[in-house]
Amino acid sequence: MKTPVILIAGSIGIALLPLTGSVFYMQLLSKIMVLAIFAMSLDLLVGYGGLVSLGHAAFFGVGAYAIALLSPKYEPASFWLTFPLALAIAAALALVIGLLVVRATGVYFIMVTLAFAQMLYYLFHDTKLGGGSDGLFLYARPELKLAGAKLLNLEAPVHFYYLVFALMLGVFFLLRTILASPFGHALSAVRVNEQRMRSLGFPALWYKLAAFVLAGGLAGLAGYLSACQFGFVNPEILSWHYSAGVLMMLILGGMGRLYGAVVGAFAFVLLQEVLASDRLFGPLAKHWQLPMGVFIVLIVLLAPSGLTGLAQLAKQPRAAVDG
Amino acid sequence: MELLIQLLNGIQYGLLLFLLASGLTLIFGILGVLNLAHGSFYMVGAYLAFWLTERTGSLWVAIPLGLAIVFLLGLLLERGLFSRLYHRDHLHQVLLTFGLILIFEELRSVLLGDDVHGVPVPALLSQSIPLTETLSYPIYRLFISGVCLAIAAGMYAVIQKTKIGMMIRAGSTNREMVQSLGINIGLLYTLVFAVGVTLAGLAGMIAAPVSSVFPGMGNQIIIICFVVAIIGGIGSIKGALVAALMIGIADTVGVVLLPEFSGVAVYLLMAVVLLWRPQGLFKVA
Repeated sequence: MKTPVILIAGSIGIALLPLTGSVFYMQLLSKIMVLAIFAMSLDLLVGYGGLVSLGHAAFFGVGAYAIALLSPKYEPASFWLTFPLALAIAAALALVIGLLVVRATGVYFIMVTLAFAQMLYYLFHDTKLGGGSDGLFLYARPELKLAGAKLLNLEAPVHFYYLVFALMLGVFFLLRTILASPFGHALSAVRVNEQRMRSLGFPALWYKLAAFVLAGGLAGLAGYLSACQFGFVNPEILSWHYSAGVLMMLILGGMGRLYGAVVGAFAFVLLQEVLASDRLFGPLAKHWQLPMGVFIVLIVLLAPSGLTGLAQLAKQPRAAVDG
Repeated sequence: MELLIQLLNGIQYGLLLFLLASGLTLIFGILGVLNLAHGSFYMVGAYLAFWLTERTGSLWVAIPLGLAIVFLLGLLLERGLFSRLYHRDHLHQVLLTFGLILIFEELRSVLLGDDVHGVPVPALLSQSIPLTETLSYPIYRLFISGVCLAIAAGMYAVIQKTKIGMMIRAGSTNREMVQSLGINIGLLYTLVFAVGVTLAGLAGMIAAPVSSVFPGMGNQIIIICFVVAIIGGIGSIKGALVAALMIGIADTVGVVLLPEFSGVAVYLLMAVVLLWRPQGLFKVA
């Protein structure tokens, strides 16, 4: 697989941004990169596995709640302990839900994933498990120590920024490797023709389940980072608006291309920032969801292959018209 | 006695869910479109009931006016947007209708604000039937159940017994064949969509005096409707009725028995049904 130029240029840009010293942009970009990890994990399911999940926020939310619940009240938790644990919890949940949902196909899969995510939402919203509808505060960010010395100080925006950046690249290359492996090819083949894969002796359901668990774990990773960034979790991060938002990022960037998920996360969040900006729209900014809704409708109607799809279309204008 | 009241409430809630879910399942079963924005039409109906009742002074005037408006809205949306979605991925349908939810919700906020409103129960139905010396049951809730049952019966009659019902059933199995037999399938689809939307609007209107009118009311109920459709088998109206009653009763009884977990109860019910029958109770072939 060729690494697209946009990705290399983008990575260099992201790596150099902290030189400007702007904490605002560092935090904004950290937020976007966390969502990019989230979107990539969903791309594995939707773009490659053909499993349109409308409940992916459940795993993001559980990863976030995991760090909030695992941390001692006012002291920092250990990154090395909580990070793998949060991932494992999200992946275990994905295994349980996955066992129930992978048999469903098409529109059923969409609705069932949505319903299970909503169940979790109510679990955290109505019970005292995670502080109810008020959520929980994370008073101290986890500590990243190596042999007793502090490796990174996650309270510092720069350190957090580079950690997220490294993890985003890590997830990108991990998924790229997995997708290029026999497993990845089999997963894509199940999307295209499940019946044939079964008759060839591939356990299609296990491939789907494995993808579901992996995607759930990575979404949990994104949730963990998100909770570390904002120091706060509430049930809204489990809600289906969040799941639909990340699906929108995929469509916006272009599905089935990992860098499309990253591009989509950038485009979606930046658009949201612009539309909700008081400076640009004054009192109208409060109603940013209205232009966002119109934008979503237009994208789906006019450019369903997303921004990276448009870019490819521009490169080969004649051949792609009927595609 | 207390239990009887809860049971009646459960049935009334279930029947209301049926009214909504039947529109959702009708639109999916026949048009093949998954409409997340179905809850928005419920919200539109409820706000129309509030706004029109305030203007005209009577819910009885507001309901027919509101129904006409919602029906028209359905026609316009089908012609303008949904008819472009029939051959598209479910993913696109999900996202486009998600965009519509944002639009409806924000338009509501711009036009009518974010306050919670109440709609008075019409004087004719504001009485209660005494059950014991201290407990009584409001007539209006019985009226809701009655309307829903009448519509369920009417829908059954239209779909099973009339010529147009025959065309609808045929159109859901083989669109091209029906078209080649000289039936205007486009018009039929428009009609089905508009009727489905109107049912959601009606549910919102008659529910308004009981549930009050508040932002986000559509999003809350639409997920439960999905659960109804999953349990009943999406596309099956009979399944929608059975599942809606199950959910309605499970939810209201759950509130009494396990208040903290009542939100989760209906999803557990769904999980159990899925384990047993992954395609729902009444699978549509």
